[in-house]
Amino acid sequence: MIRGLIALVLVLIALPALAQDSMPPAPYAYNQLADPRLEAEASALMHTLRCIKCQSQSIADSDAPMAGDMRHQVRSRILAGESPEQVRRWLIDRYGDYVSYEPEVSATTWPLFAIPVLLILAALAVLLRRLGRRRGAGEGEAA
Amino acid sequence: MIAEIGLAALWLAAALAVLQLVSGAFALKAVDGQVNPLAIYARPAAVTQALLAALAFAMLLWAFATTDLSIKLVATNSHSMKPLVYKLTGTWGNHEGSMLLWVGVLALSGGLLAGFERRLPERTMGATLAVQGFVALGFYAFLLLSSNPFERLPAPAAEGNGLNPLLQDIGLAIHPPTLYAGYVGLSVAFSLAMGALLTREVTPAFARVMRPWVLGAWVLLTLGITAGSYWAYYELGWGGWWFWDPVENASLMPWLAATALLHSVSVLAARDALRTWTIMLGVLAFSMSMLGTFLVRSGVLTSVHAFAVDPERGAFILALLGIYIGGAFAIFALRAGAVAEGKRFAAVSREGALVFNNVMLSGILAIVLLGTLYPLLTEAFDVRVSVGPPYFNPASAIFAIPMLLVMAVGPLLRWKSDNPGRLRMELVIIGALMVGVIVAVSIVGQYPLLPLLGLGLAPALAVAAVLPLKGRKLARVPVATWGMVVAHFGIAVALFGMACEGAFSRERLAAVAPGGTERIGDFAVTLESVTPVAGPNWTAIEARLAVREGGGAPVILTPQARSFWSPQQSTSESALLTRWNGQLYAVIGNQAEDGRWQLRIWWKPFVTFIWYGGILVALGGVLAIAGRVRVDVRRRLASTKGDRRRADVEALGRPAPVPAE
Repeated sequence: MIRGLIALVLVLIALPALAQDSMPPAPYAYNQLADPRLEAEASALMHTLRCIKCQSQSIADSDAPMAGDMRHQVRSRILAGESPEQVRRWLIDRYGDYVSYEPEVSATTWPLFAIPVLLILAALAVLLRRLGRRRGAGEGEAA
Repeated sequence: MIAEIGLAALWLAAALAVLQLVSGAFALKAVDGQVNPLAIYARPAAVTQALLAALAFAMLLWAFATTDLSIKLVATNSHSMKPLVYKLTGTWGNHEGSMLLWVGVLALSGGLLAGFERRLPERTMGATLAVQGFVALGFYAFLLLSSNPFERLPAPAAEGNGLNPLLQDIGLAIHPPTLYAGYVGLSVAFSLAMGALLTREVTPAFARVMRPWVLGAWVLLTLGITAGSYWAYYELGWGGWWFWDPVENASLMPWLAATALLHSVSVLAARDALRTWTIMLGVLAFSMSMLGTFLVRSGVLTSVHAFAVDPERGAFILALLGIYIGGAFAIFALRAGAVAEGKRFAAVSREGALVFNNVMLSGILAIVLLGTLYPLLTEAFDVRVSVGPPYFNPASAIFAIPMLLVMAVGPLLRWKSDNPGRLRMELVIIGALMVGVIVAVSIVGQYPLLPLLGLGLAPALAVAAVLPLKGRKLARVPVATWGMVVAHFGIAVALFGMACEGAFSRERLAAVAPGGTERIGDFAVTLESVTPVAGPNWTAIEARLAVREGGGAPVILTPQARSFWSPQQSTSESALLTRWNGQLYAVIGNQAEDGRWQLRIWWKPFVTFIWYGGILVALGGVLAIAGRVRVDVRRRLASTKGDRRRADVEALGRPAPVPAE
C-alpha cells in the first residue's frame, strides 16, 4: 500500500519530466496506414532507414521521438502517393547518405561492393587449388 | 580490505603469468627425451594463476553484493536499492568488471589445460602454456594499468549511480558470462595451435586434445548468441531478433570462425588432413574474439571521434591485438611451410565438402568483418556510411546458401573419395523437397526472396540432417554422430524460424481506448485497463490485455512501460504469449492527447524456432563432447588394462604376444 503511494507520488513528480519529450507524437508515428498494401511498402522502407539518434536501429525498431517523426514522414508521404524510392531520396537529401541502410554504389561505398566480388573470386581460387587439381591426379596418389 | 585483496591477487596472477611464459619457453630448449629443469614451473604457475584470478573476481562480486561504495566501480555502476541478483550481475555490466571476468575465464581455462591435459608431448605443452601465459600477461597489464576494477574513491560515495535498466534483466545474468567463456575458451585453441606450430607437432593426437576445447567454446558461443538474440527480442520492444549491430557481429565473427575450426579439427583428428587450415582457423578464431573485445570495450563503436579523444583504453587493446594477431600470423607465415599438408582427398569426398564449407564460412566471416569495420574506417575520415541488414543479408547469403546446400550432402559422403552417383536417391529427395516447398509457397503468396529460399531450404536440411542415420542400427550410432545430426537439424529449425518470421509476421500498431479491441491474425486483443505499478527501483504503467484466440477463453497479458529512477531511463517490458506455432508480442506505448493508448502487437509465426534451433545446435555440440570423452575414457581404460595384462604376462616369464598391427 505504502509502496503504491510512493509509486504514485513518484509518478506525479516525474510527470513534468515526461512532458518535456512527449510532444504529442505525430499521428502516423505509432499508427499504421489503413491500406495494407501502402503500409507494407512503408514498413519495408522504414526497416531500411536508420534512426539517426540511436545505435544501429532502424526507425521501425526505435522508441526515440525522432524515429517517430521520421515514421510519420514516411507514412504520410507514401499515403500522398510518393514511391518508396522518392521518400528515400527526400530523406537522404535532408539527412545525408547515413540515413539509408540500403547501400548504393558511390565514391565512398564502392569497396563494400568491390571486396565481396574479390572475396568470391578468392574463394573460387582457393577451392580450385584445394579441390580442383586433385580430380585428375588425386585418385591414384591419395595416401 | 576486500578491494586490496583482489588487487593483490591480480598482481600476483600477472607475476605468475610471467613465470608461466618463461618456464614454458624453456620447455622448447629441452634436450630430446629429457625435461628441462626450468620447464617444470609452467603447469603449477598456470593452476595457481587460475585460483588467484578467480579470487580477484570473487572479491569484486563480494564488493558488488555488499554495495561497497568506497570502490569507484561500485559507486558508478551499482545502487543500494537494486535487487541482489542485479547487484551481482552488475559486476560484469561495466567495462572493468567485464574485463576482469574475461581475464578470469582466460586464467581459468589456462589452469584447466595445465591441470588436466596429459596427452600432449611436454615440449608442445610447454610452448602452449607459454603462449597462454603471454596472452594472459597482456590482458593483466590492460586491467592493472588502464582499467583497475578495485580503485578506491577518496571518500565513499553516499549512493551509487545505478545500472543501466536495460541491463537489469535476467538475460544479462547469463548472456555475457556464457559469451565470454566461449570467447576466451578459444584462447586455448589459439595457444594449442601456436604450441603445435612452434614444435611442428600438428598431428591427429594434437587435434584430439584441441577438439573438446573448440567444441566447448563453440557450444558456449552458440548459447550466448542465442540468449543475446532472445534478450534483444523481448527487451528492446520492437520484435527484432537480430540487428547486425556491431556488438552482435562481434560475437558472431568468433562463432563463424569456431564453426569452421571445429569441422577442420575433426577432419585432422579423423583423417590427418587439413593441418595448416586447422592452425590458421585456430589463430583466426581467437583473433576474432580479441577483435570483438576491442570493438565492444574500446568505445570505438559509440563514436570513432570519442575514441580518438580518449584513446587510452582503446589504444591499449589495439596494441595487444597488433602484438597477438600480428605475431601469430607472422609465426604462421614462417612456419606453415614446415607443416606438411597432410593426407590428400578427392573433391567429391567428405573432406572436400568440409573444405568447401570452411571456405564459405570464412567468406561470411569476411563479409561481416567488412560490414562492421567499414563504417568505422570511413567515419575516421568524416564520411558517415550506414551498413545494415539490407547489405548484410544478401551479401552473406551469397556464401550461406551454397554452404547450406553442401551441408545437406556433406555428411552423406564417404571420406577420401566418393562417387556422387551412389547418392542419387538422397539428392533427388533433398532437391525435390526444396523446389517443391519453394514453388508451393510462391503460389500461395508473394514473399521476399531470402525468406522464400529459407523456407525451401529448411525442410530439405531437416531431412538431410537425419539421412546419415538411414540404414544404421540407431542404438549403435556413436554419440558424437548423434551430436552432428542434432546440430545440423538445429540449423534447419533455426532457419525455418527466421524464414517464417521474415515472411509471415503480422504487425498491428494502433491507438486504443480502454475497452477497445484490436484484431491480429486469429487473435482479438482487448485493452481492459491501464494502471500504475511499482517495483523495487522503478515505476511503470501496466496495461491489462485480454487476448482471445478464435472463440476461446481470454489470456491476460500485462506489458509495461517502465521508468527507472537511477539512472533515469524508460524501458518497455513486452508481454509474450507463446504458442507452439509462434508468439504474440505486445507492447504498451505512450498515451495520446485524446486519452487513448498506443499499442503495438505482432503475431510472429514460428519465431521461437530461431532460439529452439540455437539450443539444438548447442545440444549437438554437447553430445559431440560427451561422445568424444566417452571414447577417450574407454580407450584409456583399455590401454591401462592392456598394460597390466602385459605386465602380468612378463611376470610369468613368457614372451609377450606381438600386437597384430
